[in-house]
Amino acid sequence: MSIRSTVTSLIQQIAEETHKDLPSLTDDFVLLDSGLDSLAIAIVVTRLEDTLGLDPFTESDDTAYPVTLGDFIRFYENAAKCSDVYSAQTG
Amino acid sequence: MPPNALTSIRHKLGDASDCSGRFLWGAAAGVSLGDLLRSTSLGGRLPELSGRSVLLATRDQLATALALIELDGVAGRLVISAPDLSSEHLPSVIAKAGVDAIVSDHDAHDHRAVGGRLLFISTLDLVPAKREKIEHRPTEWVLLTSGTTGAPKMLVHTLKSLAAPIDLGRNLGTDVVWGTFYDIRRYGGLQIFLRALLGQGSLVLSGAAESTADYLMRLGVHAATHISGTPSHWRRVLMSPQAGAIAPHYIRLSGELVDQAILNTLGSSYPRAAISHAFASTEAGVAFEVNDGLEGFPASVVGASGEVEIKIDDGSLRIRSARNALGYLGGNNGVLADDEGFVDTGDVVELRGGRYHFLGRRNGVINVGGLKVYPEEVEAVINRHPAVRMSMVWSRKNPITGSLVSADVVLKGETDQRRESSQIADFKREILRICQQNLAAHKVPATIRCVPKLDVAAAGKMIRHYA
Repeated sequence: MSIRSTVTSLIQQIAEETHKDLPSLTDDFVLLDSGLDSLAIAIVVTRLEDTLGLDPFTESDDTAYPVTLGDFIRFYENAAKCSDVYSAQTG
Repeated sequence: MPPNALTSIRHKLGDASDCSGRFLWGAAAGVSLGDLLRSTSLGGRLPELSGRSVLLATRDQLATALALIELDGVAGRLVISAPDLSSEHLPSVIAKAGVDAIVSDHDAHDHRAVGGRLLFISTLDLVPAKREKIEHRPTEWVLLTSGTTGAPKMLVHTLKSLAAPIDLGRNLGTDVVWGTFYDIRRYGGLQIFLRALLGQGSLVLSGAAESTADYLMRLGVHAATHISGTPSHWRRVLMSPQAGAIAPHYIRLSGELVDQAILNTLGSSYPRAAISHAFASTEAGVAFEVNDGLEGFPASVVGASGEVEIKIDDGSLRIRSARNALGYLGGNNGVLADDEGFVDTGDVVELRGGRYHFLGRRNGVINVGGLKVYPEEVEAVINRHPAVRMSMVWSRKNPITGSLVSADVVLKGETDQRRESSQIADFKREILRICQQNLAAHKVPATIRCVPKLDVAAAGKMIRHYA
């Protein structure tokens, strides 16, 4: 499954669990303005860490925080690329 | 003015003419401090509240602020209802504090709670009032904070202990506009309310249903210069499309563990701002502020003499100062300070490279975006599921809210490896549902793991690990 579909399906799963209605998940969807609160985003980040093995928020000491869903997906895609490069160098 | 001369907020504000150009802005309305001093939000019935034990049950922050200014120095005791106080615990709060009057800004009331007590409905439409001469008395301020079983702990402060961390002699100027993501009914927000009022500034308060983006826009409109919040509040700001609406000179973080990432990101997002993080709790008050841009705090803070004395005993941070709460109300919450007057914060610290760093809470308390969660309360709810033998709730680090609640669950009967995975998934869903029905959202476990066993110490208590 691609990072994009992992992220969107997790967001939908958490919206369902917390009984929130979401608009359609487009790239300009502002994460904190569309029914998901920061607690829900925090849960998404934790489950993504468990699923993808990535937490791009804590990998750097100066993070540009993602605002839209598009930023958020790119944030994870970039972290995945970096971790691939890292494993290629060390592995 | 030395803190000793501070008799009441109103006394410090002085005359209406001293307050020109100063405002309190709420989500729906704004009030000039000058107008406030010539009028009342309590229908002119202030003298009836003199000396009483008053429950402040207002929901709107501006209504709360107006009532605090009018009542401080008049009421004998002010019990400030926390935003999350449940109606279940209201009667015991009223009984313990001997409440005989209630100030509210809404009509929906628990009639059991009101009983025969005086009820005052406050309004944001101020009514001009002749200020009668009222003998100012030191009012006891009672703040609520969450306790192990969900029942709130009630802490007694005075204006003097609350204002002790504030340098009253320092005039930041009337251009200072404070903003806080905190609710002023909690210690962190109350500190900012008092900094704005006892200094020369104005204050922009957030609305209960207001989004971060809308509040940021209002902070921008009023040109807020000094803004405070928890690291989680600030992360929410940085994830908002309106993050650029503010240009603060001063950013203050408190209420949660502050990491280097949030300090650095705030520094690069708001290059004009001085960034400070404070360690404070309702019990111990503000202990210290760190202004060097680094996480943790310098070792030199410990053992130094001064207004606040800090020691580390048995791994945890202990504080003695005039900023400490005076004690608990209601008696059943144990003793606040040790024999020498030090309050144990329960925060476990470790010395690394000349700085102390926070490791977590001794009693396993989880701090989710500034809100405390006691593991025992969550475990008791999980254990209601008939298939659960035991559970342990722990703090999982999170880059958005600092921490999240996680649960390890041991199921009854066969070991979990022998169960169908679909059955385990069903159990997890059911446990989650029970938690959602019985707990506030931030207390519901974000992840649930089924484990074959939990570590139990010789005395039969589960072994809790930090963070």
